[in-house]
Amino acid sequence: MDLALSPRYAAFAKEVRAFLLDHRSQWPGPGASRAEIIAWQTQLITAGYAARTIPAAYGGHGAAPDILESRLIAEAFIDTGAPGPLGGQGVSMLVPTLLEVGDEAQKQAWIGPTLRGEILWCQGYSEPGAGSDLASLTTRAYEDGEDFVINGQKIWTSTAHLADMIFCLVRTEPDAPKHDGISYLIFSMKTPGIEVRPLRTMTGHAEFNEVFFTDVRVPRTQVVGGRGAGWRVANTTLKHERGMLGDPHAAEARLAAITKLMREETLGGARLIDNPVLRDRLMRLQGEVLAMKANGLRLLTLNLRGESPGLAGLIVKLQGCELNHQLAALAIDALGELGILYHDSPRLRADGVWQQRYMFDLGLIIGGGTAQIQKNIIAERGLGLPREPKLAAS
Amino acid sequence: MDFGLSEDQRLWQASLSAVLQHVAPLERVRAFAAGTEPVARDVWSALAEAGAAGLLVPERHGGLGLGLLDAALTVEALGGQAAPAPALGVYLASLALASAGRESQQARWLGSLASGQALAGVGLSEAVLGGRDGAGVEVREGRLSGRALFVIDSAAADLLIIADREGGLHLVEADTQGVHASPLTTIDLTRRWGEIVLEGARAEPLGPSDGVVLSRLRDAAWTLLAADMLGASQTLLDKAVAYAKERRQFGRVIGGFQAVKHMCAEMAAALEPCRALVWYAAYAFDALPDEASLAAAHAKAHLSEVSRFVARTATEVHGGIGITDLLGLHFWFKRVGVDRQILGGPESVRDLAARLQGLDDQAA
Repeated sequence: MDLALSPRYAAFAKEVRAFLLDHRSQWPGPGASRAEIIAWQTQLITAGYAARTIPAAYGGHGAAPDILESRLIAEAFIDTGAPGPLGGQGVSMLVPTLLEVGDEAQKQAWIGPTLRGEILWCQGYSEPGAGSDLASLTTRAYEDGEDFVINGQKIWTSTAHLADMIFCLVRTEPDAPKHDGISYLIFSMKTPGIEVRPLRTMTGHAEFNEVFFTDVRVPRTQVVGGRGAGWRVANTTLKHERGMLGDPHAAEARLAAITKLMREETLGGARLIDNPVLRDRLMRLQGEVLAMKANGLRLLTLNLRGESPGLAGLIVKLQGCELNHQLAALAIDALGELGILYHDSPRLRADGVWQQRYMFDLGLIIGGGTAQIQKNIIAERGLGLPREPKLAAS
Repeated sequence: MDFGLSEDQRLWQASLSAVLQHVAPLERVRAFAAGTEPVARDVWSALAEAGAAGLLVPERHGGLGLGLLDAALTVEALGGQAAPAPALGVYLASLALASAGRESQQARWLGSLASGQALAGVGLSEAVLGGRDGAGVEVREGRLSGRALFVIDSAAADLLIIADREGGLHLVEADTQGVHASPLTTIDLTRRWGEIVLEGARAEPLGPSDGVVLSRLRDAAWTLLAADMLGASQTLLDKAVAYAKERRQFGRVIGGFQAVKHMCAEMAAALEPCRALVWYAAYAFDALPDEASLAAAHAKAHLSEVSRFVARTATEVHGGIGITDLLGLHFWFKRVGVDRQILGGPESVRDLAARLQGLDDQAA
């Protein structure tokens, strides 16, 4: 056990920081144009601080995978405040999936532009009737000449209103058992017959959309991983999504913000942190954040050693999302009456972000595999308890 | 950068587990709990022979000179077996002597602690938490008077390490005139806790009385208690999962029912990060001095919360048989119940954690 960085990695961390700070003038700000974002992204890929391990032939930097380097890069972005490498569902989910199961033409066509931010993606998985039981999805794609013709509806499609492209699960073999009848298709959101409707949630914002398909024609060559293999392909992608949710860095940043808030805000002349009950809740959450941070270090080492993450990995989504939600709850309770302010009210604190997070995070507890599905996974894969009975395919 | 156990540490865990299964099976735990032996000599001799007694004793005094992580892994294994072993007192005394003892004190005690011949009791409760029932120890002209409660492993101790009210530590030989030890009987009969009355007992100061050694001992104790809870909770979870896989009701194993599955998943989800937290606290004790106290406090407080949840949930998974003496699950249930309160329940420890960071109102 040794948390110190070897000289090589210490030098690497310094180099990344220096690069980011030296290029501060090119950081795209909140209102940056797409061209500015693409320029910054391209520069990061060239320097090796974005798309680092993706082969150069597909538009990445082409370095050998080194998870510690990746971690140091991520920390350098957080510490310097530099706008991070492009995330989103294209980079985090589609690219790894194409690398794993895409054909050569697909890799050549889509990975590079996605990494540079030239193409934005959305994910068409969930449907009104297919949530936790995703494999029961009913969006149909029937063959007509060289095309599939798609009809149906997707929901919870974040960024659909901005996306250029969608990766989408559709039923191509209606007579096959439900897991074997699905294909993974990629197509343009400009294709005729697609309608995007914003889905307003309890936060008052539309963080998601509904997407409706009416006779949408997609060339049959745009299947990824083979016809009828969509379920396997989708599981490749979901694995990447669950890694994105429950990241302990977010919890650490929230804890620091709440601690600051509780030291600065006063009620009746006393600092909020001097309320022993609130302070105890803060300390309790600090302990949980530290545990998740240590768990993250353990996972990193397991990964470096090539060992299976096991339970330490399976619990991250469940625990991490719950922890973030509880942090937001504490901030609201500490603020008390001020904590209920929202929208653009006078006396609003932190732009109402704690209420917004408290509500939005409940969505994260549900999305990407509900807490209850996560518990099934932990029990079945982590503890070896019996699997849920699979009903006969309908 | 490596945050995991070394090959040596894994081998140590494996050999420790083999020793414990041989020397401290449930029947032995049960016999110790039912009897009046002050210490399970057979258990400690076997552990000492394997090297466990001298883990924290420097090599020049006959020990292995290892770090708190190695001690934590050992205590975790003891908690996992609910083993009757006076390790906590020996480890804390070894740390106190090695870090603050004079050469003569080290020479007198460390070798026999490492060999397993000597045992140590450690009384820190009043200095860490404040006294109750009038307890607390005063120093006058090099002699100790007063009362120390909840002294760790005091029943068969040859030496005692006692903190005075000001935070100074003192080394007292247990058979000195004016030292009276009596047992405090807790719910957990797998370990012995005591009360020491001192009436002008001769004592030697252990290090300067600036509270530094005391806070190091407190951090080590919190971390080791957390490790004991980790081991005990893992056993409770393992037993619950094993039971859920074999117990049949309504024509199927109960582990197939989602209500039961989710109880098991919730225990695992809460407990798994605790392992890394205990490692972190133990590593910080030796390598990250600025973070050590806070990490130890959080390890103690968080493991207290999680192990209470695991203990009651694992018992519930077992149904009625879970609360019987016959099954013996209660040894672990009670073990974590005691670990939780010794040297501060989670609320007290978190209050100290806030003070350590200057978040208390006195710092305003």
